[in-house]
Amino acid sequence: MERLAELEAKSIYILREAYNRIEPLTMLWSLGKDSNVMVWLARKAFFGRVPFPVLHVDTGNKFAEMYAFRERYAKVWGLDLLVVDCPPIEEIDDSLPPAARAAARKTAGLKTAIERHRWSGIIAGIRRDEQATRAKERVFSPRDPAGHWNFRDQPPEFWDQYKTDFQPGAHLRIHPLLHWSELDIWRYIEREGIPVVPLYFARDGKRYRSLGDRDITSPIDSNAASLEEIIAELEATNTSERAGRAMDHEREDVFERLRADGYM
Amino acid sequence: MSGSGEISGGAPRPALEPALKIVIVGHVDHGKSTLIGRLLHDTGSLPPGKVEELEAVSARRGMAIEWSFVLDAFQAERDQAVTIDTTQIWFRTARRDYVIIDVPGHREFLQNMVSGAASADAAIMVVDAAEGVRETSRRHAYLLHLLGIRQVATVINKMDLVDFDERRFAEVARDITQYLEEIGITPTATIPVSARAGDNVAKRSERMAWYQGPRVIDALDGFHRLTVAADQPLRFPVQDVYNFDARRILAGRVESGVLRVGDRLLFSPSNKVARVRSIEAWNVDPLPIEAHAGESIGVTLDEQLFIERGEIASHEDHPPQLTTVFRATLFWLARAPLEVGKTYKLKLATREGTVTVQSIERIIDTDTLAGRPGDRVERNAVAEVVLRSRGVLALDEHRSIARCGRCVLVDGYDTVAGGVVSMEGYPDQRQTLQIKATNVSSVEHGVAVGSRAERNGHRGGVLWFTGLSGAGKSTLAMEVEQRLFKKGYHVYVLDGDNVRRGLNVNLGFSPDDRAENIRRVGEMAALFADAGFICVTAFISPYQADRDRARRSAGGAFHEIHIEADLETCERRDPKGLYKRARAGEIEEFTGISAPYEPPASPELAVDTANHSIEDCVARIMNYIEGTFSLASAAKRGAARAEEAESAPANGR
Repeated sequence: MERLAELEAKSIYILREAYNRIEPLTMLWSLGKDSNVMVWLARKAFFGRVPFPVLHVDTGNKFAEMYAFRERYAKVWGLDLLVVDCPPIEEIDDSLPPAARAAARKTAGLKTAIERHRWSGIIAGIRRDEQATRAKERVFSPRDPAGHWNFRDQPPEFWDQYKTDFQPGAHLRIHPLLHWSELDIWRYIEREGIPVVPLYFARDGKRYRSLGDRDITSPIDSNAASLEEIIAELEATNTSERAGRAMDHEREDVFERLRADGYM
Repeated sequence: MSGSGEISGGAPRPALEPALKIVIVGHVDHGKSTLIGRLLHDTGSLPPGKVEELEAVSARRGMAIEWSFVLDAFQAERDQAVTIDTTQIWFRTARRDYVIIDVPGHREFLQNMVSGAASADAAIMVVDAAEGVRETSRRHAYLLHLLGIRQVATVINKMDLVDFDERRFAEVARDITQYLEEIGITPTATIPVSARAGDNVAKRSERMAWYQGPRVIDALDGFHRLTVAADQPLRFPVQDVYNFDARRILAGRVESGVLRVGDRLLFSPSNKVARVRSIEAWNVDPLPIEAHAGESIGVTLDEQLFIERGEIASHEDHPPQLTTVFRATLFWLARAPLEVGKTYKLKLATREGTVTVQSIERIIDTDTLAGRPGDRVERNAVAEVVLRSRGVLALDEHRSIARCGRCVLVDGYDTVAGGVVSMEGYPDQRQTLQIKATNVSSVEHGVAVGSRAERNGHRGGVLWFTGLSGAGKSTLAMEVEQRLFKKGYHVYVLDGDNVRRGLNVNLGFSPDDRAENIRRVGEMAALFADAGFICVTAFISPYQADRDRARRSAGGAFHEIHIEADLETCERRDPKGLYKRARAGEIEEFTGISAPYEPPASPELAVDTANHSIEDCVARIMNYIEGTFSLASAAKRGAARAEEAESAPANGR
């Protein structure tokens, strides 16, 4: 099989497993390129419609372009959109470094939403190549009733037989894009013609390679103003995609701490 | 195109090959993560600044640069300098893209090793030149074999610790190669390496001029992608059924072969058949007319069949096997041991079911490859077991169609085992489960069953004797027949002598033929019973599934009688000299020796001929028959009940 076709087929398989085995289910839509690909794949898996709600955990700190994108494509794609707010920074663990503390607001917002809606499955668009602790994730990854990730004792994953049994009150994170790379994502966006937030395209020598909160995400130097140019740029670079995410660089173990606590 | 958010597809690009997935395995501390760190560094795959970051992180722990920290992302992994969980990293040579899978070598984290290795196309086995082949080296190799990975290159690492000695390399290389070949793996290369210093990773080693073979990156580039052969039979397990709109779509992934619009599909185990009307897809125009292995698709059928998740669609000429029992070579992961009689949830393709461990055939020592008997399988052990399913399963043997011949077991919330399926010694039950003649309607007999019984003085029925060869089935059957006949019963014995000479003369002794033999006997015995006879059958009939089938044929008139004697006793009796010949290897698939016997779980009667005399056993069977079939004794029972009812106090009516 061709590479994109193979990646797509595997993601569709995972999404269909999640929909068949787990209820109730929601999909995180961060408005970034990866989660747009994920929504697109869900439409492929379920023949045009996304049969579960799509959740935006809103820090209130996103770029204006992202909010505009959300309003537009929730309608165009016929999504059952849920928006949940995050608690103010003062309520977050103050032992975390500043950017990580800001990021942890999202975990707190998600936790509240899970408690309210009692979701058993949260579909999230993380990828193994983004970050070293994500590289160690499972496709179906359990979180205990407190929302914690026990990365010291992860379930075995044989072939495509995923963990679909879990204790009451716990939930599963489902990661249909785990096996994709950043380049795969852009090549697929190009192949399928998937809309993305325009901030990814260079203006005045700068573009965003990864989109998070306004105050903790920086653009990179780039002249890549089209998909072809972005793909060419990525084919030539070794720099990490999340280099512009301040929270990743504050302290060696900070991402591990965030994720153990339920961050995506 | 930029700025608007609207994107249309660009010019078509050349087809990209999927990244090749390589798992790096080996004993703890033999340098797997170091080799990967080095590979990334030497091929220019590390981001700028990464080397400096590694130096800083290493210095904080008082180490020189520690390449494994590229992959060991958890704080605990770095602090203890041991890989805990599997990870994956992308990397590129001039030839192609790779996903490198690093797995822990520590025994405690074997389940993480399996999770990483299960999806690999090929493997690199790392062995420490100084320490040589260790237990985990062999265990990992065995698991690769079990997972179906056959392409393996060996890296003899830490050559710097043995002064780059060619003789030491040859010794270790011989050990590991010998083991791999014993389990059917021929290494594609065996490479002397110092991963820490970079010798023979991407650069040829000047310090090992005696070695002119491939470097690690050459070995990687020499691997092939695992592909599903296009000429394999079609397997399309149904994953879900969608009724989102007017279409009823069966969703699933083609696991092998090719599915085309217009194909007649056979669904197993339900045995329903329908034609593919369309292959549905979203955002694809025109709709596909065929789908190949690996594609996740949806199909509509020309008939509205009731099909559920778990059914496997195939073409009619090459269907999967149907069975209620199979062998599995399992890798056991749970802290609680696997034991005979325990029940687990089975997941096979998209099917979930319940299985009970019927027997543990052997526990395999992955170190010596020796098999030993046992009644429990401990954590991280490999064992061959026989599993019995509550319902009929559709499956394939792993060696023919891997994707429908592997399974996991779940206990409570946890996956406790993964394994591969074999049907050795067990028949395909498809013949016996399938109804070929469908346009037959039953004709009402002019003589009622009850009238026959009334004239005979007893009801008809099947007395199904089952037991090992030499247990005494024929002896008892003949004796019982004689006594019943003298008492005026209509009775007849079916056994190998009168059945195999005529009705079943075209059947041999393969598992399939034996199953068919028993099916025919079951049907004939049911006819005898219907005709008013007491039909005694004397066949080993080793499989529960076959006996259950015979029970269904005879309706309520079936009585399973277990003629019990232990194997030792039977072998001592050996009336026909068959055990001797089986032990000598002259008879293959001999029940009790080289083929299984499944004792009945709940027979109507069991007689033990090893510890009781023939006379005692005959008397017990006669008692049972007279009590069950004779109308006179039924009348007595009825009279007794009536008396009880009359003497009971009035209930106020």
